[in-house]
Amino acid sequence: MSNKIIHWFKYGSPQSFYPLAGKMIPWFWALAAIFCVAGLWIGFFVAPTDATQGEAYRIIFIHVPASWMSMFLYIVMACWAGIGLSLNTRLSSMMASAIAPTGAMFAFLSLWTGALWGKPMWGTWWVWDARLTSELILLFLYLGFMALQAAIDEPRRADKAGAILALVGVVNVPIIYFSVKWWNTLHQGASISMSKAPTMAITMLWGMLVMALAFWMYSIAVALQRARAIMLERERHTDWVKYAVE
Amino acid sequence: MQWNSIGEFFAMGGYGFYVWGSFGVTALALLIEPLLLRKRQNDVVTSLRRERSADERQK
Repeated sequence: MSNKIIHWFKYGSPQSFYPLAGKMIPWFWALAAIFCVAGLWIGFFVAPTDATQGEAYRIIFIHVPASWMSMFLYIVMACWAGIGLSLNTRLSSMMASAIAPTGAMFAFLSLWTGALWGKPMWGTWWVWDARLTSELILLFLYLGFMALQAAIDEPRRADKAGAILALVGVVNVPIIYFSVKWWNTLHQGASISMSKAPTMAITMLWGMLVMALAFWMYSIAVALQRARAIMLERERHTDWVKYAVE
Repeated sequence: MQWNSIGEFFAMGGYGFYVWGSFGVTALALLIEPLLLRKRQNDVVTSLRRERSADERQK
């Protein structure tokens, strides 16, 4: 029993995680490519034209997955940061730092595609409504996390300061999600409801879910790649790094 | 399929600018990020190798 536990924790150290991540990355890239092609095919060639929004609704196939990813990635980042803060494990903190830029990118894409969707449908690129504003705050939380970490020279102190910011910011995620219920907003309600039957065409739903899977696989691949670079940069004076790069 | 020609596909029922503006920028972002990361990885590996060969010469 105790042997198993030790074996499992082996991958909690950068020197054993580095080669493992290197082996996993190509698989996640392959899955991302497959899901992306399938999702775009469904989104452009299988899903029908929307009755009220015409072809403009097709932005949904990236807007909704990008928005989901921006929220999921924040929670995952805050979890890693919290584990790093409470257990003092350096790999967890590196994972949090590796996720932040990708999360920020998805938050930006969510706002960007939303603006391009809002212009033809609402007649405006931007409104200060609850959903849009809370998503903008999410983008600023990511950028704040990255700026705070970049401003502190000592990596372990940067990890701790970033972790506290990330954990406090978690409160914003449910605010984004429920903003369309709690406030009267211009933004439409949740695209997928757990309690009600789907209101959209089933092929539209599939297109969105497959694109979300593609974004998931992309995020894992990119986060692992960035984590590997961070490991080498931070531990460059250790022996394992010397042997990791032949 | 709802498209009768390639032109119709790119026009997106008059919403081409908005639809392709969304998909285009997303595609660009998802291409640039991995390229920047590959450069970051190559840079650190190159500098580590240089450090290592300098160490070996000193011995």
